[in-house]
Amino acid sequence: MACFLVAATEAAVTTIVTSVIEKKEKKSEELHVNLGHGTTENVTAVPFSGKLKWLRNMLWGGSALLAFEHVWHGEVTPFFPFLTAAGNPADAAEMLHEMATVGVGMCAMVTAAWLGMVAVSSVIEKRAQKEEAAAEAK
Amino acid sequence: MTLLTSVFAAIICTVIWYKNAPKNEMQVGILCLMYWGASLMWLVDAIFEYAELKAEYFSPAPVDMLNDFFLGLSVVALGLIIWLVVLLVKDPKGVVKQALLMKRS
Repeated sequence: MACFLVAATEAAVTTIVTSVIEKKEKKSEELHVNLGHGTTENVTAVPFSGKLKWLRNMLWGGSALLAFEHVWHGEVTPFFPFLTAAGNPADAAEMLHEMATVGVGMCAMVTAAWLGMVAVSSVIEKRAQKEEAAAEAK
Repeated sequence: MTLLTSVFAAIICTVIWYKNAPKNEMQVGILCLMYWGASLMWLVDAIFEYAELKAEYFSPAPVDMLNDFFLGLSVVALGLIIWLVVLLVKDPKGVVKQALLMKRS
């Protein structure tokens, strides 16, 4: 009914947080990384604002495509009140319940996937730092 | 069907992104994240629907399946349009800039 609005709200908050962090962030440290096929390269780790952009893109993209699905099903209209369910109190209550369950669930799922991506990338960064430290010790 | 279509789109985009990495001139990463985001959201929607319908969820009417597949394809097309707009606005290769700003002789 309007579950995409919850994700869109989180996307807007993420966009603001990303731009605030991006302004304050310092440049990441350069790492000398072995790329696995006999070549080494100087790389910098993705800053936290860059990782937040992953979440921002997933949330904006997902909510845009879901909004289209709602238009397809006639749940979103181009005229007031824009959401057909907002037309009467019974449907509005059902819509709010759906936003609180499915909408919040969607946000939790996307955020959990993003946390997984951040965890994996930090493991890779730490491993690269360890390898660099070991190579310098030799 | 919409979930399946978006998941396949996300997988194909991820493979294309991986094949061209670390170059990201075509900004395929944005398309990947967009489709994955939508797929995860539809997955949650499917879980809630399954909790309501149980086994009936897996035997939809052919007309509904066709409509959902049509919706899935439209969603993929919309995703591609959004990506194309982002690509042309960001213009990482400077092609649009070059086409619009002609050199003075």
